[in-house]
Amino acid sequence: MIVHRKKLNWIEKLYLPAILGGLAITWKHFKKSLLGKGVITMQYPEEKWDAHLPAWYRGAPTLVKDEHGRERCVSCQLCEFICPPRAITIEPMEIPEGDPWRKVEKAPQKFDIDMARCIYCGLCEEVCPEQAIYLRKDYSITGLNRTEMIHHKEKLYEMGGVMHGLVFKWNEKK
Amino acid sequence: MDASNFISQFFSPAAWTLLKSLGHLLMTPSGFFIWTTLLKSIILLAVILGLVSYTVYAERRVSALIQDRLGPNRVGWQGLLQPIADALKLLLKENFTPKSANYFYFRLASKLAMVPPVLVLGVLPFGSSLFGVPMTIASINVGALYVLAISSISVYGIVLAGWSSNSKYPFLGGIRSSSQMISYELSLALSLIPVFMIVGSLNLDEIVHYQVSHGWMIAPCWPQGMNFHTLLHPLVLWKSFSAGCSLSQFLLWIPLCISFLIFFISMFAETNRLPFDLPEAEQELIGGYHTEYSSMGFALFFLGEYTAMIAGASVITTLFLGGWSLPLIPDGSAGWWWGLINIAVFFTKIILLLFIFIWVRWTIPRFRFDQLMKLGWYFFFELAVANIFLAALLLAYVKK
Amino acid sequence: MQLTLFWIFSSLMILFGLGVITLRSPVSCAMCLVSSFISLAALFITLDAFFIAVIQILVAAGAVMVLFLFIIMLLNLQAEECRRLRFPVILGGIATILCFLILLSQVLASNPQFLEPIPALQSTLSDVKMIGMTLFHSFNLPFQIIGLLLLVATVGVVLLSRRTLK
Repeated sequence: MIVHRKKLNWIEKLYLPAILGGLAITWKHFKKSLLGKGVITMQYPEEKWDAHLPAWYRGAPTLVKDEHGRERCVSCQLCEFICPPRAITIEPMEIPEGDPWRKVEKAPQKFDIDMARCIYCGLCEEVCPEQAIYLRKDYSITGLNRTEMIHHKEKLYEMGGVMHGLVFKWNEKK
Repeated sequence: MDASNFISQFFSPAAWTLLKSLGHLLMTPSGFFIWTTLLKSIILLAVILGLVSYTVYAERRVSALIQDRLGPNRVGWQGLLQPIADALKLLLKENFTPKSANYFYFRLASKLAMVPPVLVLGVLPFGSSLFGVPMTIASINVGALYVLAISSISVYGIVLAGWSSNSKYPFLGGIRSSSQMISYELSLALSLIPVFMIVGSLNLDEIVHYQVSHGWMIAPCWPQGMNFHTLLHPLVLWKSFSAGCSLSQFLLWIPLCISFLIFFISMFAETNRLPFDLPEAEQELIGGYHTEYSSMGFALFFLGEYTAMIAGASVITTLFLGGWSLPLIPDGSAGWWWGLINIAVFFTKIILLLFIFIWVRWTIPRFRFDQLMKLGWYFFFELAVANIFLAALLLAYVKK
Repeated sequence: MQLTLFWIFSSLMILFGLGVITLRSPVSCAMCLVSSFISLAALFITLDAFFIAVIQILVAAGAVMVLFLFIIMLLNLQAEECRRLRFPVILGGIATILCFLILLSQVLASNPQFLEPIPALQSTLSDVKMIGMTLFHSFNLPFQIIGLLLLVATVGVVLLSRRTLK
């Protein structure tokens, strides 16, 4: 299809009316904003969007415990493998004899997420067979150096808290 | 005991005689000229540099408001200390020179970008007079040509920056800017010729004085010879109005309006402002000629650009908008407060023009390079030349 | 005062002039030439010839040299920077300078009037008006002829630079 360019008449060819029209539009916006109406800026640290974050918001990844206080992670290391920027480092350990959850066999000894590398893609959450890692709504992750940006296991559990969830396969059979 | 005796007792006799002879030296004609000129230069430079940093701030705030945002409002009340924070930030940054750049010219270019716009300020009448001292630093009889000459050498900073960076984007920016500035200088200079013909002088002071008595270049309908006294006499008032609205005034108004339009638009091109900001077109050339600069090198380009904008606005004000004059307001010979008001009027006009510069920047998109060249060479150049002939014809009729 | 300024700016001019012929980088040569033009303009200003000074900057430094620089940058002249001076070239240069100096001394010696400083023009008119008067009163015909010549040259350039000749 050929779209023919519109033939301009001589007034349009001067471009001045169009320029003045454009100036009128920007002036309208300027005046409105000057009176404080229609400004869409959010004054960030004072005003936050937290209340309006959608349910599917992808913030910092965290580890969660279930309602019995058991850490859900079984250190299968799937998240470590799938993580695109390789932000996750897991060191598995065997759950010692005598632990009520001995039959789970494995738990993370070390679980580090380098938040300086994390891209908040949510693949770890998606891949986790145990539903142990969740992306929460925390988005302002800061630190003064790189080591401060690494979230260790304790921090991850502290941020994650308890998730009343779906995975019940480790519970005793009734 | 008079004042000088009173002061003298605080000094030793030797120091007092030295002080007195210094005072005499300062009050001799040449001594007086030197220190008043120095004082004027320093104050004007300080005011203009302050204005420059607040123009940057205004640019950011106005652009934000036009785009329904807020802009910088954190540092100080309404962000008014933002320029100082920016300056500190730029000073503290690393002044980096690329390895492949030509060090000497790379460093020289940023200084060359800052100097010409400041030089232009030297001949501008920014006020009538204060305590009998004319408010022009140097009233030379080719002032308007001097402005054009200085603006023509301001291209060196940009060209050298583009060349010495030894990198493709600055180079393209430098090439673009040199061809753009050469093209628009032509229409800039030619559009002024009708003004010179009508005033009959190149002295900026005289051009302003012409406008004081004959009406502004773009608003000729000036009640001639009107002041506060004539306001009380309707007959005199009517007479001065009718003298301002004569046919000859209107005839000369036509070429002057065309001149103003060409000059105003060419000034946008000359100061590399949108819609003519091709030398630094962010989308294609990253930053154009100052892509490789950082810290104070970059700051100098930035300041130079805004100083050029202020210099351009003041040239437009002086040549077309009556300089420091405003109807009904007498000049500085009527009292020092009127002199101060004249300076305030001049700066108010500049600030209004700067607002228009900013307003246009956030309204109109950038030209394509061939459109820019076509506009300059096929349209403005011809129009300016034709305008000269029109002005000459009308002038021959009017002055007969 | 005037004499001091003369010595400062004339020595600057000669210094930059030497730079034009001795420096190897074309851009440096061009910039030296620009600086030399500006020093020349300053010399004109010390003689109260503001108009010529400003025109010097406007035309020579502002228009011609910008175009030169433009071309130099586009051409990227690497060969020029590598070139060495050869003995016959130096000899030729010295010979030219000697010829010029001999000629100059001959001209100056021919009339003692040339050695005396020329008195400043005493006029009530501004120099722009004075130049206008001279051009359009005493030299009107040559001026018009030169104008026509320039017009012909311009038209010729436009014709030559057209891509396709019919």
